[in-house]
Amino acid sequence: MTEASAPPAATATATETVTALRPGVLGTNAARPDGVPKVQGRFAFANDLWAENMLWGATLRSPHPYARIRSVDVTGAWKIAGVEAIVTAEDVPGQPTYGLIRQDQHVFASGYVRFRGEPVAAVAADHPETCRRALEAIVVDYEVLTPLTDPEEAIAGTREPIHPDGNLIRHQRILCGDPEATGPIVVEGTYEMGMQDQAFLGPEAALAVPDDDGAGLELYIATQWLHEDRKQVAACLGLPEERVRLVLGGVGGAFGAREDISLQVHCSLLALRTGRPIKMQYGREESFYGHVHRHPAKIWMRHSASAAGEIIKIEARMVFDGGAYASTSPAVLINGVTHAQGPYRCANAIVDGYATRTNNPPCGAMRGFGVVQACFAHEGQMDKLAAAAGLTPVEVRLRNAMRTGDPLITGQPVDSVAPVERCIRETDALPMPPDLASDADVLSLPGGTGRTADRGHVVRGVGYGVAIKNLMYSEAFDDYSTARCQLNDGVVTLKFATAEVGQGFLMLAQQIARTILGVDDVMLDTIDTQIGSSGSTSASRQTWMSGGAVDAACRKVRELLFEAVADRYGLPALQLAIEGTDVVDTIGTLRVPVGEASMGLRLDETVEYRHRPTEDLDENGQGNCHVAFAFVAHRAVVDVDPELGLVKVVQIATAQDVGRALNPLSVAGQIEGGIAQGLGLAVMEEIVVTDGMVRNASFTDYLLPTTLDAPTVVFSLIEEPDPQAPLGAKGVGEPPCISVTPAIAAAIRDATGRDIRRVPVRPQDICLA
Amino acid sequence: MSVLTPSTIDEVLAHLAERPEALLLSGGTDVMVEINMAHRKAPAEVVALRRVEQLRLWRHNPSSEGTGGTVTIGSGLPYAEMEHGPLAELFPALAEAARTVGSPQIRAAGTLGGNLGTCSPAGDGLPVLFALDAIVHLRSIGGQRDVPVADFMVGVKQNVLEPGELVTGVTMPIRHGWQGYSKVGVRNAMVIATASACLAMDRDRGAVTLALGAVGTTIIRCRDAEGWLAGELDLSAEPLDISDAVAQEFGRRAAADARPIDDHRSTAAYRGHAVGVLSSRLLRRAAA
Amino acid sequence: MTQEPIGSPEIYRLQVNGESHDVQDAWLGESLLYVLRERLGLPGSKGACEQGECGSCTVLLDGAAVCACLVMAASATDADIVTVEGLAPDAALTDVQAAFLDEGAVQCGFCTPGLIVAVHHLLEHNPEPSTLETREALSGNICRCTGYGRIFAAVDAVVASRADQAAR
Repeated sequence: MTEASAPPAATATATETVTALRPGVLGTNAARPDGVPKVQGRFAFANDLWAENMLWGATLRSPHPYARIRSVDVTGAWKIAGVEAIVTAEDVPGQPTYGLIRQDQHVFASGYVRFRGEPVAAVAADHPETCRRALEAIVVDYEVLTPLTDPEEAIAGTREPIHPDGNLIRHQRILCGDPEATGPIVVEGTYEMGMQDQAFLGPEAALAVPDDDGAGLELYIATQWLHEDRKQVAACLGLPEERVRLVLGGVGGAFGAREDISLQVHCSLLALRTGRPIKMQYGREESFYGHVHRHPAKIWMRHSASAAGEIIKIEARMVFDGGAYASTSPAVLINGVTHAQGPYRCANAIVDGYATRTNNPPCGAMRGFGVVQACFAHEGQMDKLAAAAGLTPVEVRLRNAMRTGDPLITGQPVDSVAPVERCIRETDALPMPPDLASDADVLSLPGGTGRTADRGHVVRGVGYGVAIKNLMYSEAFDDYSTARCQLNDGVVTLKFATAEVGQGFLMLAQQIARTILGVDDVMLDTIDTQIGSSGSTSASRQTWMSGGAVDAACRKVRELLFEAVADRYGLPALQLAIEGTDVVDTIGTLRVPVGEASMGLRLDETVEYRHRPTEDLDENGQGNCHVAFAFVAHRAVVDVDPELGLVKVVQIATAQDVGRALNPLSVAGQIEGGIAQGLGLAVMEEIVVTDGMVRNASFTDYLLPTTLDAPTVVFSLIEEPDPQAPLGAKGVGEPPCISVTPAIAAAIRDATGRDIRRVPVRPQDICLA
Repeated sequence: MSVLTPSTIDEVLAHLAERPEALLLSGGTDVMVEINMAHRKAPAEVVALRRVEQLRLWRHNPSSEGTGGTVTIGSGLPYAEMEHGPLAELFPALAEAARTVGSPQIRAAGTLGGNLGTCSPAGDGLPVLFALDAIVHLRSIGGQRDVPVADFMVGVKQNVLEPGELVTGVTMPIRHGWQGYSKVGVRNAMVIATASACLAMDRDRGAVTLALGAVGTTIIRCRDAEGWLAGELDLSAEPLDISDAVAQEFGRRAAADARPIDDHRSTAAYRGHAVGVLSSRLLRRAAA
Repeated sequence: MTQEPIGSPEIYRLQVNGESHDVQDAWLGESLLYVLRERLGLPGSKGACEQGECGSCTVLLDGAAVCACLVMAASATDADIVTVEGLAPDAALTDVQAAFLDEGAVQCGFCTPGLIVAVHHLLEHNPEPSTLETREALSGNICRCTGYGRIFAAVDAVVASRADQAAR
């Protein structure tokens, strides 16, 4: 158990482990290599980059959610001194469209704009203010059309297609077991979730530097996936991929929002046009328009259960609004429908899921990726089931908890370690917070600095949530990661294209190399496209995938090292091992430091690591579509002022299935950070969209949790190493933010008796419902 | 564009006389947002007030009549200096309101002059000024005029400031009696008011004043609720005796005075409800 | 439509981290944040909202912690400005910076410079803040990665070590 105020390494078990280990190896709280520059303000984020003779780029965006473009007149903008380039749809030299799964979005709107904020043109000029004036001087003649904003209309097919690909991005059904199965208990509900923004702090930014011959460029970019960006950028520019070199610019958080193309093509195009370096960076308002968001969803669920509260059948209809373009909606939808049962046994299911196309802002990847929506619904159902069966929320969840080997409603067996019961029990065993003191400071009450409540206005509630989350990419995707390890004269250098977005992969990579190769100093090469892909920093996959690749590359180099040492000393290589920083003969007496043993050697290995293959789902939603799973439970304690509908989340307790904690302090950071994002979704974070228009594209009105909103977090790490995972560790990034949201909603229900069916919970949903 | 940085009020007024359309920049917490977000065309002339020490002062004006007198607060005094210390003791409601303005960084820069210049109905300082019947001091090269705050703010982001005029400060009476401020926002800190209320007692005059923020085009003084309460309440009692029924009716009447709207931050129904609850609770707090 | 040129012929001077910098050919609508980052080679202060709602650009202006994005640079000519780059000599770490690293308070790092400045300012004025005082003082600094737990731990660690040193 760990209090938020004490680092996890201070717990009894962790301390024993940590002190037994060499500093910086796996299992220790190794230091981040990017830490010192980050605290000094010297770390180069993408928007800190600068080049001689550089120009600024900026984007003109549609003011309408749906309109036909009659004409674009840029002549006025050309008259402004300092303007060096103006580009529109007709200036895109290669493929006019891009997209992660389907290339359905134009680089610049062509013919129609389909969401408020869609790029229409871009300019390059000598100063951001010149850019702003130039954008203002571009005249676009729009024929404004009535936007399609209701996902149900998209499903019903009652509207003309707003895109040649139609108004339904994907439909997937899951049929499992006996559709007629039923039980004495039937509970149902409809659950809604608003549109959440990733709100990373470092807005989109890039620096594009054209090659001297104008036939290629280097793009420094804050992204989650360099190679995917390169593929799309090169296609749109009509250049061979090798002429487009991407280098990771410092990334100020990602959370899914940097998986899609934003300014990459625009910035590159302006650089090629002008022959000069172009810097582009979004402000916060543009960032809200420039990246995809978490899908707003409406989910109906019905659970049939035995009198004892055992789930017999689930039925669900899930609608995810994908907005104007596909982005990753097809994959998000599949995550939603395949996680509809939650971490519970269920033999029979009928699930229908729709990802719709509308003129709302495009939605795609965000931490939790479709499972957040499903979990909010199934956890609401579990509480209803508990009430109907006369069980406590904990009892009903324990009674149905999935175990290793149980099948999902897709027919796929969960062969990952599935310590669901332990997650629930250990969460429940964590200490509760003290009761609210009679003289509690007003700042600690709901309403905070606003001094809205006195102690007597506040009631407390407790709620639970449990989640299952798939790890890595699904549905037959060829998911791999590449890493290179060199050992030269005792110096290890690692190279990979893995996007470090803040999660700490750089540190982990060094930990792996220190552990496997017995060195202390590990150099990290530039993160760029001069090596094969590492895949995306998403889906809780990099520890497993890029960690697996670095591990494998280091092991191959270690084999070479052992062979060299074996040759030198006339020993069988199989007898050698790394102990601390030495190569040792496990049978004899030889002990030679790795530095000495590798002197004069140049060992170099590159590895592509793949997880086991997955399958597509068939038309009934059956198939082994996922790789592996992680589990988590949350308990929320909230104080609510029911009369004003204000909430203060007091404490979150959580037990998470991490496989193995490779860096306990980093795991703590992921847990606490994920909880804050789930809390935001529960009580404050929502992009308000009406008639296709975003009403709060700023941090003044899109509210993120502050220090005074953050709960105390107590947690327990469940370490049952997963035999499938190369390091025994499961990804820890997504689970923390998934079941915390329904736990908080449940706690508000518990405190107030209100039927909370939508998040974020708004004050009026509590006090005026 | 040019930026002038005068260091005395007279210099400011001279600049303004020459350039009546110049933009006055106080803490910058409103103006710079508009420039950064390109919501405001960059002005041709800016007169920055940060060097004008006279605007950052406050003073106590003793009364000859044996009452507490008044306090004049310079328009350039940052909110941070109202949160604690002697000013906070004189005006607890102002201290409570100041503590809810934006973030600590905003409070280090933001001023009452800025709140008055912008005149947003959600400005946190304004309900306090309305509840305390503040007088706003305006100066131009041509002279000085004093305007009651209720006459100064005339609409959403509208006031009676004339070109060439500068808000130099406000004067508020020191009252004998409880006062407090309360504000609803959907976050526990750094949030724009969804609804706010300031209640101030004046035991010497036997009056209670109540002003509501973010529920109308201007700050709303609840004359009906105030008048009704004066008839129900013995302000000379110690401690005050306020029944549940009186507190509730007071809140009901306050809510009836509100003219809230629906927007992306909240609904009219919630805002109306919330100011009623806040008013009622403030009254109960006065008796606690 | 004629608009005035961007570059102003006026030159103004800023005092940053103890050094004097002339700013010329600037657009006078530029915020202090922009000038620090784009003209003075001091990109440590970060911009994440342009409206004082995130604290990433927190600097000290005459000793007060303010958002550099809301200071018109040309109006700050007489002020003593300290940025994150000015807290410690080159390559050295302040105790606050070291504690952020030791306690795991850094993830993406974008909010970090602003928080470092804000924590220095807090502890200078309140060497032993209560839990709530720390939270209130840092409530203008948004962190999206950490959920703040490790940041509070870092503040606590600095408070403890300073108290420890004072006791010796």
